[in-house]
Amino acid sequence: MSDIFDQYEPVIGLEIHAQLLTQTKAFCGCKAAMSDFPNTHVCPICLGHPGALPVMNKQHVNMAILMGLATHCSIRTRSAFSRKNYFYPDLSKGYQITQFEDPICYAGSVEIEQEDGSVKHIGITRIHIEEDAGKSLHDIDIDTLVDYNRAGMPLIEIVSEPDMHSASEAYKYMVSMRQILRYLGICDGNLEEGSLRCDANISVRKKGIKAFGIRTEIKNLNSFRNVEKAIKFEIVRHIELLESGGTVKQVTMQWDASTQSTKELRSKEQAHDYRYFPEPDLGYILVTQDMLHDATMLLPELPLAMKQRLSHDYGIPYYDAGILTEDKSLANFFEKTCLQLSVKDKERYKLVCNWILTEILKILSDKKISINEAITISSKGIAEIVDLFADEKISSKIAKEVFSHIVQTGESPLQYVESKNLQQISDEHIIAEFVNSALNGEAENIEKYRAGKSNLMGYFISKVMKISNGKANPRMVNDLLNQQLM
Amino acid sequence: MTNSYSKDRENVISGITTFDTIVQQHIGNINANSSMNAFLLLNDNAIQSSKETDKRACSLSSIDGINIAIKDNISTKGIRTTCASKMLQDFIPVYDATVISRLKQKGAIILGKANMDEFAMGSSGETSYFGATDHPLFSGYVPGGSSSGSAAAVAAGFCHAALGSDTGGSVRQPAAFCGVYGFKPSYGRISRYGLIAFASSLDQIGIFARDIDTVSLVFDSISGEDEYDSTCSRLSPSDSFSNVDNSIDYHSLTIAILPENELLGLSQDVRKVYDTTIQSLKKAGCTFKELSIPASSAWIPTYYILATAEASSNLARYDGVRYGARVNNDISQDMTTASRSDGFGKEVQRRIMLGTYVLSSGYYEAYYKKAQKARRVIVNGYKSIFDQADLMLLPTTPTAPFKRGEKSSNPLEMYLSDYFTVSANIAGIPAISFPAGYNDQGLPIGLQLQATFNQDEKLLHLTKQIASLIV
Ligand SMILES: [Zn+2]
Repeated sequence: MSDIFDQYEPVIGLEIHAQLLTQTKAFCGCKAAMSDFPNTHVCPICLGHPGALPVMNKQHVNMAILMGLATHCSIRTRSAFSRKNYFYPDLSKGYQITQFEDPICYAGSVEIEQEDGSVKHIGITRIHIEEDAGKSLHDIDIDTLVDYNRAGMPLIEIVSEPDMHSASEAYKYMVSMRQILRYLGICDGNLEEGSLRCDANISVRKKGIKAFGIRTEIKNLNSFRNVEKAIKFEIVRHIELLESGGTVKQVTMQWDASTQSTKELRSKEQAHDYRYFPEPDLGYILVTQDMLHDATMLLPELPLAMKQRLSHDYGIPYYDAGILTEDKSLANFFEKTCLQLSVKDKERYKLVCNWILTEILKILSDKKISINEAITISSKGIAEIVDLFADEKISSKIAKEVFSHIVQTGESPLQYVESKNLQQISDEHIIAEFVNSALNGEAENIEKYRAGKSNLMGYFISKVMKISNGKANPRMVNDLLNQQLM
Repeated sequence: MTNSYSKDRENVISGITTFDTIVQQHIGNINANSSMNAFLLLNDNAIQSSKETDKRACSLSSIDGINIAIKDNISTKGIRTTCASKMLQDFIPVYDATVISRLKQKGAIILGKANMDEFAMGSSGETSYFGATDHPLFSGYVPGGSSSGSAAAVAAGFCHAALGSDTGGSVRQPAAFCGVYGFKPSYGRISRYGLIAFASSLDQIGIFARDIDTVSLVFDSISGEDEYDSTCSRLSPSDSFSNVDNSIDYHSLTIAILPENELLGLSQDVRKVYDTTIQSLKKAGCTFKELSIPASSAWIPTYYILATAEASSNLARYDGVRYGARVNNDISQDMTTASRSDGFGKEVQRRIMLGTYVLSSGYYEAYYKKAQKARRVIVNGYKSIFDQADLMLLPTTPTAPFKRGEKSSNPLEMYLSDYFTVSANIAGIPAISFPAGYNDQGLPIGLQLQATFNQDEKLLHLTKQIASLIV
């Protein structure tokens, strides 16, 4: 069976809808705050009252341009709005304002990294500006209820080329798009809450054949896991169908999480005729040189570039740089911490990286917060802990104690170590005294050690550490014991 | 016949009368002629506002106290606005159209909401859900449409002025039928915010009055940029009343007229008035040039394709979900179908179906795309006309007013009666119908003057001069 699957090449394209973090809605002055109490951010315009007219939101346009630049798109200096006509209770005007012909951004690409470390370009066909519909709530016994807070929320739709050939590539593309949107600060990228939505177009063809197979579309994939699962399922379904002599029907499918399978939503015959035509209530979207210049200035370093730079400049493992740059604020925290180290070398950078990837990430995931929300964890504090440890002023054990203390209180590690007198003891005479008193009365064990029972060394070390309240420099204790027991 | 606004205003200032009395007289007139069915609703606050106007009679703004009727497709906050449709028979808007807030701000008194063809779709006033409007002078005849009530109310002396909307002639045609001025400004000179859309790219709010000065006064008060309407012109409000150029030299005036073969379907009586007018203007020294607007055979199809396409989309919001008529109280596709079938009249449904058809996949290129191309041809044609002439003179309507019921069973014939008016909407240029004479029966006949885009002030000035030659 696996041979048969190898004979086919899946072809996948994704359509992503991203809800943008503008102040106001796309075509009216309502606050863009859809999670507030239902129908509290509505007005004649977004409710589609008779006679109301839309007005373009400049911030919406600027964010679309930013995404276009981040994905290497060409930006059209003049593009128009269109109406997409269909009836649905949550679509207040009976049409959606969108862009049809000539979208604002077109012909771009993004890079995804493959397992072997090579980089693959996925083409972006277009990015266009549009508005969201309201939200129908069907699961209430009494009636269908509609919340129009979401009606008119600003969206961009990002359409990829059919450049992906496996579910895992589609997954990676999706992850990287979300990462870019978050880096730009224009979308919070939450699939579960619907601020990011994904539809997938899938077909399969025999390897070596150029023509596309018949495609199906899977609608509303509301988690990253489901994107991958649904695409995988659909690829297998297509191949099995073709192998059993059947043909794929051009239909719209839906992922059913309860059965872990796709099911038909509507056939091509039932497909809507959206009757697109130019929106007569709005003028052209004009992108000036100034707007392009401003957007270019605002364009931050993108995730992949930042990952490569962190790994190269700080000498941290590429894999670790990947984890740091998954969240831009974490990567920023790393750089800020490194900047505050008293000695700037790769050894300490690696220590900072380890602290973030182990202790800090654990706290963040336990508390389900981001680094910016963790107010007691400061870059200065982490830099102090790393410096204290690297300067051999505290042991790794004490370092962890200090960390768990400052996480509670937000105190400065330096002050805390001083006030509690936790500084590591590296004075040779004092350590020699500790060693002497530890070896006192241990004649029998010393005999045994010298006779070859070398694992007794651990016993001696822990005894010295106990006497020093954990503050003795472990390297020096080790050296002195070795001298004494020779 | 009641006075013009300027006369009434003079009388108020000199203490002969008050705005309170004027409003009461108008309302008395309306009530005494209620069978004309010009108004769908009278504003309860009109008398109260007239009393307030009287208090400031020593410092009146340019249109203070003017009694104005508003076509019932213009949104008035707290005042029922129906579009003369069952769909909106109980609809009370939550906001004022931009023109309404500007009128209110300058002290205009909104007398009431005027009858109209349902959703402005009709040329006779007969498609109103609340019954047809009767002709103000000849009962049994149509006053024209779709701004039937606005034209009838002005002609009957129920108010000083009225607002209408003109998508393909809906201000000029009823103005001609009722013997008053009906002005459609350039597209975008008056904000459409709050004008309930029929066809967004053609709709324009227009003004009715019995004299051109009142038209100018109202135009100056409501025109100008509006941040709520992206299609509104950036030009400042017009200054057509006080800034008049009276030094018109007829010898330097070139007027374009259509070649003989493009004067389609013109009746004898309209023809007579048209010829007489040209003769008087020639006598005064005007030069006439026969110039044709290209694609005259395509005007009506172009207009009806664009207008119905936009209408099919503009009227999609009436689905019974948020407001308006609702049949079958369970939110679903069935509810939408049932509500729309019940709430819209026959003519509205016909145009929605036409518009849906011309936009549907497979027909879009053949109809909508083609109509857009024809539109560009017409726009350019007008440009070249106004390179060679100051104005264009056209009949407003092919015929004098007809009898109620005469054409309502033949939609195609009704559509063809828009022949002379639609091209101005397609091109977006300003156009005005002025009373030019009467037929043997005494029915009013209007003629139309058009000017190039955004030369609304010039059009109003020249119309005043030309009309003074004729009457
Ligand atoms: Zn709103």
